[in-house]
Amino acid sequence: MRAIYVLCIRQLKRYVRSPARIVGSLGQPLIFLLALGFGLGAMVARGGGGNYVDFIAPGIVAMAIMFTAVFSGIEIIWDRQFGFLKETLVAPVSRFEIAFGRVLGGALVAMLQGVAAFLICLIIGFRVHDWLLLPVALIFMFLISLLFTAIGTAIGSVLQDMQGFPLVMNFLVMPLFFFSDALYPMNGLPKILEGALRLNPVTYGVDGIRGSFSSTFAFHIATDFGVLIVLSLILLAIGSYLFSKIQL
Amino acid sequence: MADMIVVQDLVKNYGDFCAVNHISFAVPEGKIFGFLGPNGAGKTTTIKMLTTILDPTSGLIRVNGHDPVQERKQVRRSFGIVFQDPSLDDELTALENVDLHGALYGVPRGERMKRAQSLLELVGLWDRRNDLVKQYSGGMKRRLEVARALLHRPRILFLDEPTIGLDPQTRNHIWGYIDTLSKEQNVTVFFTTHYMEEADRVAAECAVIDHGKIVAQGTPAALKQQTDSPTLEDAFIALTGHAIREEEANAVDRMRMMGRAWRGTRR
Repeated sequence: MRAIYVLCIRQLKRYVRSPARIVGSLGQPLIFLLALGFGLGAMVARGGGGNYVDFIAPGIVAMAIMFTAVFSGIEIIWDRQFGFLKETLVAPVSRFEIAFGRVLGGALVAMLQGVAAFLICLIIGFRVHDWLLLPVALIFMFLISLLFTAIGTAIGSVLQDMQGFPLVMNFLVMPLFFFSDALYPMNGLPKILEGALRLNPVTYGVDGIRGSFSSTFAFHIATDFGVLIVLSLILLAIGSYLFSKIQL
Repeated sequence: MADMIVVQDLVKNYGDFCAVNHISFAVPEGKIFGFLGPNGAGKTTTIKMLTTILDPTSGLIRVNGHDPVQERKQVRRSFGIVFQDPSLDDELTALENVDLHGALYGVPRGERMKRAQSLLELVGLWDRRNDLVKQYSGGMKRRLEVARALLHRPRILFLDEPTIGLDPQTRNHIWGYIDTLSKEQNVTVFFTTHYMEEADRVAAECAVIDHGKIVAQGTPAALKQQTDSPTLEDAFIALTGHAIREEEANAVDRMRMMGRAWRGTRR
């Protein structure tokens, strides 16, 4: 237990000590929010689609979380490169504890990044329908963080170097973001696209956050919650397993 | 005196390649043992097997009486290690690195602080304890790693080329602490090095490994006598030949090189 705690604290310390990374990774969600929120938003409003900033803000929060979380997981590669991984792997602690500590720490970092993106959304004009549901939204944000840090950990355990990182971003994280309900609603889509959205866990995460803030869920809240928790646990198991198989 | 490290008929194959080929040796408690060999001879592979990082293909290993494959935790509690490459977290301070190590090894918090202070004072880093490690020089990092490896009071200390790239002053200091440790606290030391004069000075006994096989073993004096050489370096060359060895860079090494180029100078 102590190992999990200290490895978590380590991740948080590294995060707060690197303001460049914090600001840097908020740039992308900010651009999306401004360009799409106001650019496309004008068109959406003309078509009678309501306030587009309110619609995409939860998606932008999810995006900030996903990118940070995957990166936190993949940081294993850096630790391997700069040697710290060895220090943890010869400690008298099980690899599952180490993996779990890393995932939890990474997820907390991603969650903080999501909260920062949420604050930016508020400043830009995002309106929350019901503040009482904020804790529910935070739970969904944490589940997305957990899921994607676990994915990053699984990938980081297998990849030998950072060369594969763009592959992961462009062929896994980007599609998961764009083929979700982050930027457009699910109803009225071509059947294939709708099917893709339904198979995508991000859809349920974004719906969870959006539902909490707007008080209208596309799925049932229990469905959103169930999908995320089950997938997080599965990925956590896969991530820790692959981590435990790392050879130096 | 009990043997702290026992290796019998140890083999490690990577596919067709035999990195460690039926080696046997024993290190008695409290002794300083030098494991010498050219690049790619199998030194690091052997250390990895002794320290539970790598499982052997066959053979017997006992570290502090435990089997590194079956009793990983007991073995891991028994030793401290300074790796060939740095293994610190650059974004943490020296004290945080040491404290994190103590926590991972289950040393209680109050005790951790006490030991951290005495060890950091020993290696002359207590005044710089709150500096981020990335601001440290290569020599300071090495000293910090030695201090960290000792925090959980291991019975055995593994040092994989601990003085590589360091100036003579720092090398002298490091061997000074290690000698003291072995004499005063009866810690067993297993080290590898390319500096033969260091091995000659500190090792009670040496083994020379080449192409995965132990080609000679004994006190430095015995090795010199056996090869009729004036220095251990001459003895080493007499035993292992003049040919220069190539080591294949693996993915991690390649990345380290990229990282170095990218981040500017590193040790």
